[in-house]
Formats: sequence, structure tokens, C-alpha cells
Amino acid sequence: MEAGTTTPKRSYRIETADRVSRTAAVLAALLLLVLVLLPGFAGRNLIQDLIFLFYMMALAQCWNLLAGYAGLISVGQQAFVGLGGYVLFALTLIGGVNPLLAVPGAGIVAAALALPTALIVFRLRGAYFAIGTWVVAEVYRLVFAQVKPLGGGTGTSLTPTVTSSVPGIEWIKTLFDVRTPAARDIASYWLALALLVATLVFVYLVLRSRRGLALGAIRDRESAAASLGVDIDRIKLAAYVATAAMTGMLGALIYLQKARISPDAAFSVLDWTAYVIFITVIGGIGTIEGPVIGAIIFYLMQRYLADFGAWYLILLGTLGILVMLFAPRGLWGLVAGRYGLTLFPTRRRLVVDEDDGNRP
Amino acid sequence: MTGFLDAIIQGILLGGLYALFATGLSLMFGVMRLVNLAHGDLIVLAAFAILAVAEKLGADPFVAVLLAAPVLFAIGFGLQHALLNRTLGRDLLPPLLVTFGLSIIIQNGLLQAFSADSRRLRSGAIETASIPLGGDIAVGVVPLLTLLSAIAVIVVLNLIFYRTAIGRAFRATSDDLEVAELMGIDVNRTFAIAMGIAFVVIAIAALYLGLRANFDPTIGPVRLLYAFEAVIIGGLGSFWGTLAGGVILGLAQTIGARIDPEWQILSGHLAFLVVLAIRPRGLFPRAVD
Repeated sequence: MEAGTTTPKRSYRIETADRVSRTAAVLAALLLLVLVLLPGFAGRNLIQDLIFLFYMMALAQCWNLLAGYAGLISVGQQAFVGLGGYVLFALTLIGGVNPLLAVPGAGIVAAALALPTALIVFRLRGAYFAIGTWVVAEVYRLVFAQVKPLGGGTGTSLTPTVTSSVPGIEWIKTLFDVRTPAARDIASYWLALALLVATLVFVYLVLRSRRGLALGAIRDRESAAASLGVDIDRIKLAAYVATAAMTGMLGALIYLQKARISPDAAFSVLDWTAYVIFITVIGGIGTIEGPVIGAIIFYLMQRYLADFGAWYLILLGTLGILVMLFAPRGLWGLVAGRYGLTLFPTRRRLVVDEDDGNRP
Repeated sequence: MTGFLDAIIQGILLGGLYALFATGLSLMFGVMRLVNLAHGDLIVLAAFAILAVAEKLGADPFVAVLLAAPVLFAIGFGLQHALLNRTLGRDLLPPLLVTFGLSIIIQNGLLQAFSADSRRLRSGAIETASIPLGGDIAVGVVPLLTLLSAIAVIVVLNLIFYRTAIGRAFRATSDDLEVAELMGIDVNRTFAIAMGIAFVVIAIAALYLGLRANFDPTIGPVRLLYAFEAVIIGGLGSFWGTLAGGVILGLAQTIGARIDPEWQILSGHLAFLVVLAIRPRGLFPRAVD
């Protein structure tokens, strides 16, 4: 290097957020505020629809963390939805526990049972794991059909005393000047919203953490991740147990709102796994945005096409197949790929700052 | 004691049906490494196809299956060639999701075409005929035929795999896809033929499913689970292992049902989980997955 000239200096930094994602964060905060205040001016139908949308979106986030990141394609998540629902019914009807406490209780029980379940199903790899989880869900269904105090094969209902013992119901009744059933819906709505936000924040924080980096590496190529020192089995087990806990809590909430449970409905592969898989895949698997968008599309389809019954399901199956064949990264993948968008910044990008180098 | 002996005999015969369910799945996995979530629904679809042919022509189901089999071979060939071959690769999700989508499409398509009513294949006196074995034990002719057909299917498949050119291609693509392609094997066509053969096995399974019990469009997924359990209990890579897996599953179910009728299906699933916990590679494994 000749004297008198200076070499241009470059400095590097790692960035995750960009302008779009920062704008999105502000908009999301505003949207959340609107959603919290919504029961003040929205009708009961919209509130009920949104409860459905929220829990499907949260279930899809859980499945996405499992299948999209940890590479654990489960067709048996209905095991934990049903388990959560039944634990809520058992705790409130038999144990006399307050429903609001029974929801986290269901999460704990689901996580506790996920451990021994994992011990067995983790012996199966890949596609075999998928069917293995389905068998386990069937075992859960058949076992709960034998539990006579919870109605056996025909199921049972929550008593009105239980459903109206959710704290704050009286407060909601006076605040919005509504009757008990509407107040119950509003309480469920807020619970569903809270659980959805908690799920989104949890998934986002996990993916931003060191573990999330490992999960992303597993998603991209498992053997390469292992060779870089990622403890694959431990991360997968952690992801399985954590999503089981969240799915269990969601199941408890879903059946608190429905107030009636039966083994066939609670452990339905169509309702709690097939729909969830289609939501995630159509929206875009392996991203946080995908399940959000997929759930909104699914909700709109359900609202306007569900009356067509079997034809609607045929359409859903066909759409899933087409997306998988022609746009495997889903609708969000198409949009994000073209415009380089990211709403939940989890990817780390290298930013190079060119410097004229006037410093010594 | 007679009751227990009877449960064992009926269990072995039921195992023949499960082995027929499982052989098609085992064939698909063995050749193209495809785990087909629509397998149970395809069996039900084939049962409805046999029913439709039998009703239209007034033919016996055993004749109808002969007419339906070539059509099903063609459907299987086309399905693999046009759709499923596109999904095979390193990524697990596409084949799983596409076959899962197919499962929902088939179930609801059958619901539209045939309604949710329970149906049954009718074949006259043979349905109820049985052979007394002494004591209080008798063996149904149809269950016996099921087991014999399962054995015959496995013998024929082994002949195809080890004695014919296409069988050599099956084994070659199964062992190493790239090398097989280098040797001039048309992989797409090979896979399509394998699927066609799997569909013929499905047709035979569907015949006995429909003769032995009622069926309706929703019973597919549980048949998939039985087929899968038989394959895993037996261990991957051998059709005879799959037969043994089917028999063990059938035994677990009938012995469970003997203890309490409500436990039949549950005890089958539990037997599968126990085998998985003790011998994760199955009882008679040959392949390394």
C-alpha cells in the first residue's frame, strides 16, 4: 500500500429488523389495540368467528414450529387438543378448579404426557413419525372413551356454574351491558387473543434465540446442523414438549368455549390436524407469517364455502396439493420472495457499511 | 380354553386381512420410499369400485374384482406418473401432504358419490360358510380365503421381485436411485408400474374388506393405521415380515376383544407401541431405512 492513501474500511454488523418489519411492528401494536377493544362495538357473531380464527392461527403456529422448523411432521396433534380439553373438563367438573386455572393446568398435563409419548414416537423417523403420532392420538381417543366419569364414548357437557365461573364475567356484563352468554364469549375472545399473542411472542422469541438458530439450521439441513454441533434430539424433544403444552392449553380453551366434549370431536384428525396442516402449508411453512396468512384464508373459505360440505373439503385438499406442488413455500413465500418482505424478523442479515476511511 | 384357542385362530385369520392392507403399503415404501397417507382411503375406494362393478353387471364380487383390477392398475400407474413422482425427493413434506390431501379428496368424493351409508359386498352362501374344526371351533371360509390370498399375494410379489426384469428394476431403484438411472432404468415408469401393482393388491384387500364387514367412506384412515402397524411390527423390507406383523396385530386385537369387546382396537394399538418400545426396527427387519 502506498503511503498517503488510506484503504477503504468496511465494518460489518448483524441486523434482523428492517424498515418494513419495524413498520409492521407498529401496525401490529395498533391492530392489537383495536382487537382488544373490539367487543365494545362488534356483534356477537364476529366475536365468535374471531375466537375460531385466533385458535386456528395459534394451533397452526404450534404445528409450524414443530414441522416447519424442528422437522417433526406430526399428524397427531389432535392428541394434545383433546387431552387439553379433557383435562379442563376433569379439573373443573370433578376437581372444582376454576376454569382459568385449569387452562394452564391442561398445558402442564399435556407437557408431562408429551415426554413419555416422545420416548416412543421418536423411535420412528420422518414419515413414519407422522403415522406413529396418529396412532398415539387414536390411543388417547380410545382411552378417554373408556373414562366413564367424563361421559365415556358419548362425552359430556360443562355445567353452567363452571362456564360462568370464569373470573370477570360479572365485570364484562356491567361494562358492555350484555347477558351472560355474550359475556362468556367476550371472556373467551380475550382469552383466545391473549393465548394467540402469547403463542406468537413465544415462537418469535424462540426463533430469535440461540435455540431458534439451531431450529432454523435443522429446518435447512439436519445433517449439516448436526455436524455443526447442534444437539438435534434435545432440540426436537424441547420443541415437541413445548408445542404439546401450548396445544394442550389451546385445547382447554377451545373446549371451555364449546362447553361440550366427546372423544370423536376432541381427537378429530380433520379438525385439529388436517385443517392446521393446510393452513400452514397454504400460508407458507417455515415462516411465522405463513400460518397467520393461511389462517385468515382458511377462515374466509370456512365462512363462505363451508356450506358446500364435502365439495369444500375436496377443494381444500386440492388447494393444499397444488400449493405443495407449485408453490412449496406457500403464499407468503411467493410474496416475500418477490419483494424481500419480512414482518417477523427472525433472519439475521449481514450489513456491510462502506467507509471512506478518513480515520487513521 | 376353547375360547382362547378360538381367539388365536380367528386372530391369525384376521391377520391375513391386515397383511393384505399392509402389503400394498410395504410395496410402495420398499420401491419408492413413499409413505402413503391415503392408503386406507384407496382400499375403501377400491371396495366401492368393486361394489359399483358388481351392482352394475350383477356380477359376483370375486368376478367384479377381476374386472376392477386392471382399471385400478391403470389408475395407480397414472396417479404415480402424473402426481406422486413429482413429490419424491429429499424433502419429506410433499409426499406426506399430497397423500394427506388425496385422503381427504377421496373420502369426500366417495361421500358425494355413494353417501355415508354402510355398504357390503354380497357373494351368496360363501359369506356365511364355515368349516368345523371339532370342539366349538369353526373357521369361516372367507377369513380362510383372506389369509390364503395374503400368502398367495406375497408369493407372487416375491416372484415378481426376484425372478423378473421389472422386479430387478424395483430392487435397483430401491437400493440406489441414481445408479439405477445411470444403468438406463426409467425411474418414473418403474415407480408407476410398482404403484399399479400396489393398486392390484389394494383391490384384493378391498374385496375381503367388503366381504368380511360393512364399509363406508370414513373408515379409511383406521385401515391405514392397521396397515402401518403391521409393516412396522414386522420390520421393513420383507413381505413375509409384513405378514407376521399383520398376524400379530390380528392376534392382539382378538385376544383384547376376548377380555373386553371395547378393547379390541386399543389392544392392537398398544401391541404396536410395545413392539416399537422394545424393538424399534420391528421383529423381522431386513432393510435399513
